[in-house]
Amino acid sequence: MGRKLLTEHINVPGIRNLDTYRKHGGYETLKKALGMKPEDIVEEVKKSGLRGRGGAGFPTGMKWGFLAKPEGVPRYLVCNADESEPGTFKDRYMMEFLPHLLIEGMAIGSFALGCRTSYIYIRGELMYVFHILQEAIDEAYAAGLLGKNILGTGFDFDLNVHCGGGAYICGEETALIESLEGKRGNPRIKPPFPAIKGVWGCPTVVNNVESIMAVVPIIRDGGDEYAKIGIGKSTGTKLISACGHLKKPGVYEIDLGLPVEEFIYSDEYCGGIRNDKKLKAVVAGGSSVPILPAELILKTAAGEPRLMSYESLSDGGFASGTMLGSGGFIAMDEDTSIVKNLYTFTRFYHHESCGQCSPCREGTGWMEKLLHKILDGHGTLQDVDLLWEIQSKIEGKTICPLGDAAAWPVASAIRHFKSEFEEYVRNPQNIQKDRHYYRVNNINPELV
Amino acid sequence: MPKVTIDGHTIEVAEGTTILEAARMIGGEVAPPAMCFYSKLKTSGGYCRTCIVKVTKGSEKDPRPMPKPVASCRTPVMDGMEVQNKTAPDLVDARAGVVEFLLINHPLDCPICDQAGECHLQDLSYEHGLSKSRYDFKRREFDKIDIGPNIKLHMTRCILCYRCVKVAEQVCDSRVHGVLNRGDVSEISTHIEKALDSDFSGNVIDVCPVGALTDRTFRFKSRVWFTKPVDAHRDCKKCCGRSVLFMSGQEVLRVSVRKDTWGEVENTPEGNPGWLCNECRFEKKSASDWTIEGVRNIDRHSVISQNKYLEVKNLKIDVSNQKLIGEKAHN
Ligand SMILES: Cc1cc2nc3c(=O)[nH]c(=O)nc-3n(C[C@H](O)[C@H](O)[C@H](O)COP(=O)(O)O)c2cc1C
Ligand code: SF4
Ligand code: SF4
Ligand code: SF4
Ligand code: FES
Repeated sequence: MGRKLLTEHINVPGIRNLDTYRKHGGYETLKKALGMKPEDIVEEVKKSGLRGRGGAGFPTGMKWGFLAKPEGVPRYLVCNADESEPGTFKDRYMMEFLPHLLIEGMAIGSFALGCRTSYIYIRGELMYVFHILQEAIDEAYAAGLLGKNILGTGFDFDLNVHCGGGAYICGEETALIESLEGKRGNPRIKPPFPAIKGVWGCPTVVNNVESIMAVVPIIRDGGDEYAKIGIGKSTGTKLISACGHLKKPGVYEIDLGLPVEEFIYSDEYCGGIRNDKKLKAVVAGGSSVPILPAELILKTAAGEPRLMSYESLSDGGFASGTMLGSGGFIAMDEDTSIVKNLYTFTRFYHHESCGQCSPCREGTGWMEKLLHKILDGHGTLQDVDLLWEIQSKIEGKTICPLGDAAAWPVASAIRHFKSEFEEYVRNPQNIQKDRHYYRVNNINPELV
Repeated sequence: MPKVTIDGHTIEVAEGTTILEAARMIGGEVAPPAMCFYSKLKTSGGYCRTCIVKVTKGSEKDPRPMPKPVASCRTPVMDGMEVQNKTAPDLVDARAGVVEFLLINHPLDCPICDQAGECHLQDLSYEHGLSKSRYDFKRREFDKIDIGPNIKLHMTRCILCYRCVKVAEQVCDSRVHGVLNRGDVSEISTHIEKALDSDFSGNVIDVCPVGALTDRTFRFKSRVWFTKPVDAHRDCKKCCGRSVLFMSGQEVLRVSVRKDTWGEVENTPEGNPGWLCNECRFEKKSASDWTIEGVRNIDRHSVISQNKYLEVKNLKIDVSNQKLIGEKAHN
């Protein structure tokens, strides 16, 4: 049974409200933190080994340590709640039910980093969660947990929640900062990095919702305790949003290092594949990471059991591995069309490209059109090769990682499922049935 | 002062110099093509990715190569850095990819495009492009827009280099245009097609690397290589008054800023970028408005120099020929 550091009280009725949250130990950690030296808090986070939960897995303590601290210049902590990666829905779930855990984490983090004002940047489509957060913030202000002289310690701290316009690209930290400043959400060209010049040109740390929430148990129990959970450099617990053809999709908190097989098949987690079908493929960390066929997601190329950890999932590089990413776990059963699924992903990246740099702006649309052509039965084998080439010309040549995120799914689908693309090209007469696969199976025909 | 080696040429440059600037100091083939960087415009560069280079050694201190190609216009040199541009076949291949991306939705209607002959995209596709496009889908199109009486925006040809936006931001007194929408349907626009009316707005025409922003007072008057460029100046209270006149006989067909080898506006003797005001550019269209200094030195690679300033009397016939070509391309 995995530990529940973040989700322990998520099912308590009324936990969204301050009183109930406090009854279950809420804001005790903030009290503790405000009695510590800020640098000691950073030190605990370093010791915990916590790695950014937004996708890149960069050590949070190290990121906090990099924050520039010039005299007389304000610093900002910004919470990235723009969660828009297809397959990822953990942050929304946490904020919806435990808004105070985020506020507590923001207060602790801001105190540790010396921020007097901080922001939560929330995805535009999540308006209802925005209201939940705003209500919780109002409650916290009224109770003296935010604002002037918090808990009588002399620490003044303001927390704002800002609603984005609903653009995936605004989850990229520098685009987020631009958008927060009221500008067009174009990623900035780095350097300078936010740690030197972020919001309003001041040093800024951007962290994912889950990373900030994890700071609470880390400070409560100590970094060393937290680091005992997990495996190797993948310490602590991780929220996985599981979806696709699973018996029990949902958000799970797992100890990092849990075998993938156990996660998919055990009753404690996803309970196996829906309708007892066979597993065909998994996208393990949100739509951007490479897709892996069942054999490679359950076992590494070397035959070791694959674990839910940063290292194990990326074992074998992109040739036979993938990434933990943001923890958006999408399982696909034997009836799934990989090409159709890829088309859906590619259409998303095309739609979400900000258009600043040529390879991503032009390449994503081109790939979408080619995939549409193949799905329509008009594709050729050269089109498949061309797709491969386009993705390789995008990858690594763009301003921000969205270009890579658009290229990797294409590359991995062709790498592991090329025969399926060829099938579409060779036997277009069979496609008709295939094409409405999602309609036939996933939507109640009476509702259509 | 950091020392950097690019394609085998070593040069010592001031701290903070970018790889592109260092390469331009070495000159010639070593300098990567730059479609969006413009040294006289702050924060320009980084968008088009044509200037990518391969960094095979990061610096003396940290010799690791950089994992991905970097935009040379936005990457400062480090001491001991080693860079490959033309000498790395994989990099040249990657750049060809960028050029292909720039071209897939580009109309390539050079025969009727006023930029032809001084178009950086033409040069690039000549050097890197494939003879046949691999893109067999409908190309993106936009309507042409007149932004004010003097400037034509042909968005279909735009490569979203953001230079004109930076001119509006930094050279004009107010910015009334920018980028609307996102992704491959982004467009340069003056909101609700409001006219660009700043005294310096005409400079967007000169920074535009392609034929997306053109001079309405010059449109279709002549192919640029049939004109005779001369350096000229006049006393102007608003701008430096230093220009190039593109003449045909005694007629001034077009007035533009003076450009350097890299296609950027030249500095004045005082060291400021020699932007022109709209009055000089659009209204002073008579040779008597200007003091002509002499024939403009045009780079010998430019098609403009190919006419070798041949007799102007042939011009009329050629103009009509060119119009004929244009009409054909429209069908
Ligand atoms: C296109 C794109 C979208 C992103 N979207 C998100 C997001 O929705 N939420 C998030 O936390 N990080 C997102 N990231 C990652 C952020 O840029 C950043 O790395 C992260 O917020 C850092 O937080 P962490 O260190 O706590 O993981 C995105 C990155 C890219 C390139
Ligand atoms: S990679 Fe795509 S999303 Fe990122 S800056 Fe370039 S165009 Fe914009
Ligand atoms: S901008 Fe004009 S001249 Fe340049 S490539 Fe396009 S059509 Fe040809
Ligand atoms: S109109 Fe010209 S200058 Fe402006 S962004 Fe487009 S290509 Fe660049
Ligand atoms: S010139 Fe460097 S990216 Fe365009």
